[in-house]
Amino acid sequence: MLTGDKQKFYGLLFGIAFSTLLITQQLTIFVNLIERGASGVYNVPTADVWVMDEVSRTTDVNFPMPATALDKVRGVAGVEWAVPHLRANASVRTQEGDLEGVGIVGVDDATLIGLPKNMIEGDINVLAQPDSVIIDDVGVTNLFENGQSPIGERLELNDQRAVIRGIGDSIPSFTSQVVLYTKYSQALRYVPGTRNRMTFVLVGASDGVSPDELTKRISEQTGLRARTRDEFAQDGVDFIIENTGIPVNFGITVVLGFIVGVAIVGLTFSLFIRDNIKQFGALKAIGVTNRKIAGMVAVQAGMVGMIGYGLGVLGTVGFISAFSGVPQFKGFYIPWQVPLVSFAAMVLIIALTGWVALRGVMKTEPAAVFR
Amino acid sequence: MSGGEIKTAISTRGVTRDFQAGQETIRVLHGIDLDVRAGELTYLVGESGSGKTTMISIMCGILWPTDGDVEVFGTDIYALSDNELVNFRLQNIGFIFQQYNLIPSIDAASNAAVPLIAQGMDRLEARKRAVAMLEKLNIADQADKLPNQLSGGQQQRVAIARALVHEPRLVVCDEPTAALDAKSGRRVMDLLREVGVAEDRSVIIVTHDNRIFDLADRILVLEDGRITHDGTDMPDDH
Ligand SMILES: Nc1ncnc2c1ncn2[C@@H]1O[C@H](COP(=O)(O)OP(=O)(O)OP(=O)(O)O)[C@@H](O)[C@H]1O
Ligand SMILES: [Mg+2]
Repeated sequence: MLTGDKQKFYGLLFGIAFSTLLITQQLTIFVNLIERGASGVYNVPTADVWVMDEVSRTTDVNFPMPATALDKVRGVAGVEWAVPHLRANASVRTQEGDLEGVGIVGVDDATLIGLPKNMIEGDINVLAQPDSVIIDDVGVTNLFENGQSPIGERLELNDQRAVIRGIGDSIPSFTSQVVLYTKYSQALRYVPGTRNRMTFVLVGASDGVSPDELTKRISEQTGLRARTRDEFAQDGVDFIIENTGIPVNFGITVVLGFIVGVAIVGLTFSLFIRDNIKQFGALKAIGVTNRKIAGMVAVQAGMVGMIGYGLGVLGTVGFISAFSGVPQFKGFYIPWQVPLVSFAAMVLIIALTGWVALRGVMKTEPAAVFR
Repeated sequence: MSGGEIKTAISTRGVTRDFQAGQETIRVLHGIDLDVRAGELTYLVGESGSGKTTMISIMCGILWPTDGDVEVFGTDIYALSDNELVNFRLQNIGFIFQQYNLIPSIDAASNAAVPLIAQGMDRLEARKRAVAMLEKLNIADQADKLPNQLSGGQQQRVAIARALVHEPRLVVCDEPTAALDAKSGRRVMDLLREVGVAEDRSVIIVTHDNRIFDLADRILVLEDGRITHDGTDMPDDH
């Protein structure tokens, strides 16, 4: 019945598809965006444990430690390796004379642990050359807007010379800030000198020692804060959630998507019922039970719901893949929970509006058909 | 039921019906005692507002009387539970509505098959029987068309097929010929008699179409909620 009425069929389809798209797409962006809070951790997958000053909270909200912390950590049993890691902010003057805030990441001179896993251009060994930095790919788009190759470009970093010799393939930070990777010893020169400048010690666990166990040992024996990779990634996500308006903003959009869905679908449903009330009355007079009528409408509404839902999710997939080339959207994916949430929302929308509309049918007296 | 014995299709005793109009209570039917015989084509005739639709609705189990009893083929229908009454209608009564009220999204044969499907019959079998019924009504060639692709007369025949497909013992129609020309109207009446009336089956028709008065076995006249005439022809003053 429902599917025979093209206008209302498409109305329902549109309502559900639009609502699903809005909810799925916004939740997807939300999840991916807050996960950017952990990008600093994800970019160094080799580190099992991050060690830091007690007051440090995330890769970007940190406080430096004395250089002696490195030896203390190395002395803990179960530590396979430990390397210094420096993260700081600096200003860079481009050749056009613009000032741009950048993140400096200093990686261990000897092992180069802390660099992104893959390079887009150049080799990690370029850091051996003097004044070398590796820029991340978002940085290239931010700093070199006219599309020229950054390789070989000179930058002025806090009055020190830096030459870009490679492009790293890394996950952008929450703010998509330009990140420059360099050797630890070099980074010390770029970051104006306070006494303590080492912000993290990255640790690899020995075989048979769990990261959980190791963090416990490190904090007990050194008095420093130690977090496993997963914990520290979560810290970064939590920080974004707690310190930005993002959850509220996205929450509002998702709720709006739900309300729009209820409004469009509810309106279409009640129009459908109103237009067909005589037919429903006829069915009831003939002897079709309310239960059968409800079942019939439910099956059809369920079908429309599934198609609309599919379109909405497909739309999100299309959106994500269409924007996959944009660095700010790099690595965006649809977490499996998100389609589940929007599915539940769709079911709720249909059940709610269908129930309201069907109540009208249930109450219709079959005698009304003879009038 | 043992066939042949039962002569009464519908029997009403003291049926009254009140409607609430604002503060006022209006009595539309005044204690009607009536027996509709099986094997007959019965007309219920009367002026607009006389209570015909109200009466027929009560007789076929879709409107509760304020007072009185209604027996259809020996069953006291308003003593049944809601579900029993719904099922009783499904098994025993065929309906033809003035506006046909076909389901717009399914084809003619499926529309005609609705009662059978509701009774739980397999869809293919139900459709086969519906097509056979459409054949009797001379529109089997329209079986695959949607209602809005059919003329008014064709739609009505689909509606008649739907009313008769499950061979109900009682068929009720409210103004079946109002929208038809004289010739088509008479043909519809012939069809209803042919397929709906038998020894233990009857058809009751509400009409004020004087072009078909001569086709009835029995004519009942309703005036202001009372039966004022009962005979094989119309009274002379009409
Ligand atoms: N649901 C209702 N509520 C209030 N009054 C009603 C209702 N149904 C019918 N009536 C009143 O009952 C009276 C009889 O109505 P009914 O429909 O039975 O007449 P009818 O003989 O079928 O008329 P017509 O030939 O115009 O169809 C009318 O005065 C009508 O206004
Ligand atoms: Mg009437």
